[in-house]
Amino acid sequence: MNTTYFVHGFLGLPILGFLISLLLSSKKEGALSVLSYSTAFLQLLFVVVFTGFWLLHGAEPVQFKEISVYRSANYDFFIDFLVDKLTLTFAFLGASLTFLITIYSRYYLHRESGFKRFFNTILFFNIGYSIIIFSGNMETLFIGWEILGVSSFLLIAFYRERLLPVKNALKVFSVYRIGDIGIILAMWLLHHFWHENVTFLEMNRTAPLHAHLAQNSGVGLLIATLFYISAAAKSAQLPFSSWLPRAMEGPTPSSAIFYGSMSVHIGAFLLLRTLHFWENQLYFKFGLVFAGLLTAVIATVISRVQSTVKSQIAYASVAQIGLIFIEIAFGWENIALLHILGNAFLRTYQLLISPSIVSYKIREQLYEMPDEVLKSSWLKGWMDRYYVLSLKEWNLDNGLYSVLWNPLKKIGRGWKVLNFRFVFWLMALILGIGLLLRFNEAILAPMVRERLPFFFAFWGFLMAVKAFTERDSVRKSLTLIMFNHVSISLGLSFNAHFDNGHHIWYLSGIILAWAIGYLLLTHMRKTEWISLDNFYGHIYEYPKTGFVLLLVCLGLSGFPITPSFVGEDLIFSHIELNQIGLAFFTAFSLVINGLATMRIYARVFLGPHIKNYHQIAKRSS
Amino acid sequence: MHKKHQLEDSLHVLAHYLPSQAPLKDFIHHNTLHAFQTLPFHKGLHAAQQFFGFQTYLSLEAYRDLYTQGAISAASLDRAVAEQKELSKDQLFQFEPETEIPTVVGSYRLQWKKKLGFDLDARVHPLLFRIVNSFLDQGIAIWRFPTNGLPFLAALRQVESENTASLFSGERARSCFLNPGFTLQDALDLLVGDQRAFENYLFDQQFAHPGYSGMISQIANRPDLLVLKREIAFADFVLLECLLEIDALDQHHGSWIPAAKLGLETYQFEPKQIRSTTAQMLKSIWQDAYEWTYYDQVLASLQQKGSHEQPKPSSIGIFCIDDRECSIRRHIEQLHPSFLSFGTPGHFNIETYFQAQGSLQRTKICPAPVQPTHLIVEHSVAQNKLKEWHFDTRTHGLLLGWVLTHTYGLWSAFKLALGILWPSRNTMAVSSQQHMNPLSTLSVENLNAQVTSDGLQIGFTIAEMTALVGDLFRSIGLQDNFAPLIYIVSHGSSSANNTHYAGYDCGACSGRPGSVNARAFALMANHAAVRKALRAIAIDIPDQTHFVPVMQDTAKDEFVYYDLQQIPAHLAGLFESDRLIFAQASELNAVERSKKFMTINSQGKPHQIHQKVQLRTVSLFEPRPELNHATNALCIVGRRQFSRDVFLDRRAFLNSYDYRIDPTGELLSGILNAVAPVCGGINLEYYFSRVDNEQLGAGSKLPHNVMGLLGVANGVDGDLRTGLPSQMIEIHDPYRLMLVIEQKAKVVFDAISRQPSTYEWFANEWVRLVCFDPEEKHFFVFQKGQFLPYGMVEPSKLAS
Repeated sequence: MNTTYFVHGFLGLPILGFLISLLLSSKKEGALSVLSYSTAFLQLLFVVVFTGFWLLHGAEPVQFKEISVYRSANYDFFIDFLVDKLTLTFAFLGASLTFLITIYSRYYLHRESGFKRFFNTILFFNIGYSIIIFSGNMETLFIGWEILGVSSFLLIAFYRERLLPVKNALKVFSVYRIGDIGIILAMWLLHHFWHENVTFLEMNRTAPLHAHLAQNSGVGLLIATLFYISAAAKSAQLPFSSWLPRAMEGPTPSSAIFYGSMSVHIGAFLLLRTLHFWENQLYFKFGLVFAGLLTAVIATVISRVQSTVKSQIAYASVAQIGLIFIEIAFGWENIALLHILGNAFLRTYQLLISPSIVSYKIREQLYEMPDEVLKSSWLKGWMDRYYVLSLKEWNLDNGLYSVLWNPLKKIGRGWKVLNFRFVFWLMALILGIGLLLRFNEAILAPMVRERLPFFFAFWGFLMAVKAFTERDSVRKSLTLIMFNHVSISLGLSFNAHFDNGHHIWYLSGIILAWAIGYLLLTHMRKTEWISLDNFYGHIYEYPKTGFVLLLVCLGLSGFPITPSFVGEDLIFSHIELNQIGLAFFTAFSLVINGLATMRIYARVFLGPHIKNYHQIAKRSS
Repeated sequence: MHKKHQLEDSLHVLAHYLPSQAPLKDFIHHNTLHAFQTLPFHKGLHAAQQFFGFQTYLSLEAYRDLYTQGAISAASLDRAVAEQKELSKDQLFQFEPETEIPTVVGSYRLQWKKKLGFDLDARVHPLLFRIVNSFLDQGIAIWRFPTNGLPFLAALRQVESENTASLFSGERARSCFLNPGFTLQDALDLLVGDQRAFENYLFDQQFAHPGYSGMISQIANRPDLLVLKREIAFADFVLLECLLEIDALDQHHGSWIPAAKLGLETYQFEPKQIRSTTAQMLKSIWQDAYEWTYYDQVLASLQQKGSHEQPKPSSIGIFCIDDRECSIRRHIEQLHPSFLSFGTPGHFNIETYFQAQGSLQRTKICPAPVQPTHLIVEHSVAQNKLKEWHFDTRTHGLLLGWVLTHTYGLWSAFKLALGILWPSRNTMAVSSQQHMNPLSTLSVENLNAQVTSDGLQIGFTIAEMTALVGDLFRSIGLQDNFAPLIYIVSHGSSSANNTHYAGYDCGACSGRPGSVNARAFALMANHAAVRKALRAIAIDIPDQTHFVPVMQDTAKDEFVYYDLQQIPAHLAGLFESDRLIFAQASELNAVERSKKFMTINSQGKPHQIHQKVQLRTVSLFEPRPELNHATNALCIVGRRQFSRDVFLDRRAFLNSYDYRIDPTGELLSGILNAVAPVCGGINLEYYFSRVDNEQLGAGSKLPHNVMGLLGVANGVDGDLRTGLPSQMIEIHDPYRLMLVIEQKAKVVFDAISRQPSTYEWFANEWVRLVCFDPEEKHFFVFQKGQFLPYGMVEPSKLAS
């Protein structure tokens, strides 16, 4: 069997299924569900047949380059695929669970108002997952990574007319964006590390790797750490663990497969995929074991005090993934894979049957009185002392909030004196000066020229923060996001080898998305009150406008639906290794931008509808 | 001291308006807006909307659609319009209501939040819910809250002083909390600062999370609702919330001033004083017209049917009044014309607790408000209880979890595939048969005056049995035509993966299957000494008559028989032929039910459809094992021939009653005292869950998360959801219950007037009351405190 066909088939199925599902009427429950589970069933069939064939033919990793999306002298953004044991294990896990859960959901979601949306999102998620596990290089993986992030947001906010799912979806999305910084910066460093875009297989090749590592051990450690940050964010390891229970807002089957298994084990996948890159970095491995152990212990303790069934399972799963990270650190690939499968199936099943715990436990209590206290006295003493801390989830949730977002809010709010009009003209002035300088670079002293990229990137960062903390005008926030991208693009053009065509790659999608969004909101403002001071829930009356604005927001945050996605990576390749500050602020801006755009979508369209002429859920429900 | 009383009063008033839903194991239907029941129905609904922002009717648009579809007739609409003077018919169709309707409760807090510039609730709720849920937890957490047997605040104080971490972020709130002298009054002085605004503040605060507030107020009043005993006072919960608020404000603002000092507008909470809006009055008219369109059809078909004397029955079944029994009775009677069915509340007049073999607890198996003084104990060989290791908390351990995920975790994959692709009986599914071992013996008869240590009498004395059996027969009007076989048909339900399973069993048995009651009743009625004593009070049960206890599974459509070995040999043949008819009727009933499920093709062979219906009760992915009381709208109190053969579409509660033996209305009064709150409660819970599923119902059950075995919430940090999930009410038509009684108006009036609480249901029209005068052959409608002759619309205008 030809591996290319297999990969094309496996990836093509959900893409095809997703496109068809968009066209089907929301009343066609049968067709939508048959489409979804036959997609997954065929994927399962493919993977089983192919695995048999692959095992018989030596079980060697197969890698092939699909297409170059953008290419220049020392830069090649290409789509690349890799099939090996890791891929096939995850493909089996994903396809079998998706198949079972879509059958389950066909009945479970019967008559649910978001029936079609649910299956659309599951298929979309499937695309992202499949791309990640088949990716042969970081660029391809990042495409899937982004799709996974957005589809997770949509699944968590499935009950979009309630406040808590929407807030939690934003919360989880923000943690995912932190994971994205890890990937973006790792991609950037890898590019400099190898001086070209490399595939995972090339990355793993021992001889050149050792040579590079010997020269650049610091960079190697940094890259590995960035991998860990991304993996930890996606797999809910410390300090990010508290997002996992909060992701359990959608229908139980979707929580079960995505947050019980597929989504939450992707971090482990990333570490396994990059295993050979860091396996000889002793410090990193020490760190990984330590982090895994810490997560395992703390998550277990937190799970013990949970009085809700889903959060108990979530933390127990986090603890096991901590152990999986340790297994990976020791290089026990097979044990880790087995553990991933076991944990994924176990937690999925436990979450699916979680409503049954009521009748089961109540019946059990007829015959056995539950123990009021622990029998072991030293453990009880210890437990009692850490009870409140565990109840507060070791402050993980509040901690993340106050470390990351409160400072940003302070910066943004501190700017209140500078009103939008002032910022607008300042931006125009800076842009004007920037362009003037860009075309007359000769007049600049090298000292100044070197610092300009940082200056513009920092200005862009401030724009992003202001967009993120804007509490009133939606259009201003949207415009500030666009300013951020323009500033970054302008700044980086002062770096060496910058081709003005890169501006087009990077900004075309952004400007287009901004313009559509601006017009849309202007139009909507004629009839509706919109602002960022609250959640307005306009999707109830404007589902189509809401969908377009979602696309606009995705476009503005560099999601792989416009060329800006490639542009993002492209401009990063122009940041030099010694411009750490520049890289950091650029990456951080992208993260905040992503949050600011999703915040706009969420606040205008999601949450309890501002008009209460129909059934509105309580904010606390 | 005066201040303190005022605060207590405010909390008391407030608690009255909170949802009164018990923990999941004792799920019992009740009128969601019980606190408004002192007002006339429409006025109560208008007040509830204005104060709490509930949707209490369908939308005007929905009513207009119903009119276009013919579900509201022009005649009844005209009549409803004519009954009032303020509004014209044109307005019904043209009036455009406001899209943003102000809500009173919550308005004080909303102004405050705006001034504060941050969402206080979002900061306080998650931690508050977490603390209280952990304290009340009935068996989810592995490490339980270290209560040390103390009441809520004392336990929390102990935890706070011994812990490495504090519940609070700041020192001020913490030190106030640790000081037992710091009262709710003090907290409110800090937060609000003005006594006059306290009540507003408390209402707004508590109605921001009615689920937890309601649960705590229930548990505070009835600690016996919990298996793991917890002592919590509602005021203590409020105090904790206030302290967490003070803490959050301290953290966020540093210095802040009390709410009342900010010049916020207060409101008066006086539901009696409200003025209805135009939209509300229009909806009342629409609702009346909607209901009467349906009622007219029912009354017309009851009128046309007339009642004919029945031949002497060959077999009799005494069923529960439950609306789900309505269709199975019809099917049996159609297959078996000499079968006669009766209806009575399904506890069969047996008020008792039940203790299963080996059980540590007693379950109440009679209506919830009754406090039984008896106990029935089950004696049998111990049953093997199936364990489900997926619920074993050891899988959540660190090292044991490591071993288990590697091994059993993979086994889960098979279980998962099996459960989804080939659903079958499993350890998770709830079966109506788990309630009692069919082979056990029950201590129905009190021997040697046995009494438990806490004063419950074990079993019933002959005199007690005679009284309760005799009362039941008199109440349903079964006096002399006893058939050879009389089936005592209780009911229960089976379902899988269903948190609200208790709401599916028999309401008259406090949400349990009625199997024990049926067996106990049959034992009593078969008892020679009881029969002898009954003869003395003119109830002569022939010697050859035998009572057979049965349980009908309303989800599986299955009859389970008990104590078959006691059927006398000469009746064995009759029993066998009846059994075949019941089985056939069950299939037909399954076919009838399947039509409402949508996901089953009802055109196939009956036994195949029956199998598909049964499969729903064990399928993990089936949120609708049965539709429970959905579509209920009627209650008929009268002889069977009054409604026999009328197609009532599983909408009617049927209670047997013979007007001829009750000239004073004494028996009727006994029936109505039970029927009005039980059927009315079920009907109104469905009504309100249907018209506002988000605030008065539980929303979709799909994202529900089990909170401490007490209730369900969406996700991990939401408020408890009360009422019924959308899957239970989506096909329900929100009609008020119409109670039709076959009896003279004067007797009915006397009967309802005996108990004020019963009278209120009818006088305020939360349940519609109609009686059929058996002599004049005419209906009378109870309106504004009196019976008026029913003006029938011309039959030509009736839908089929």
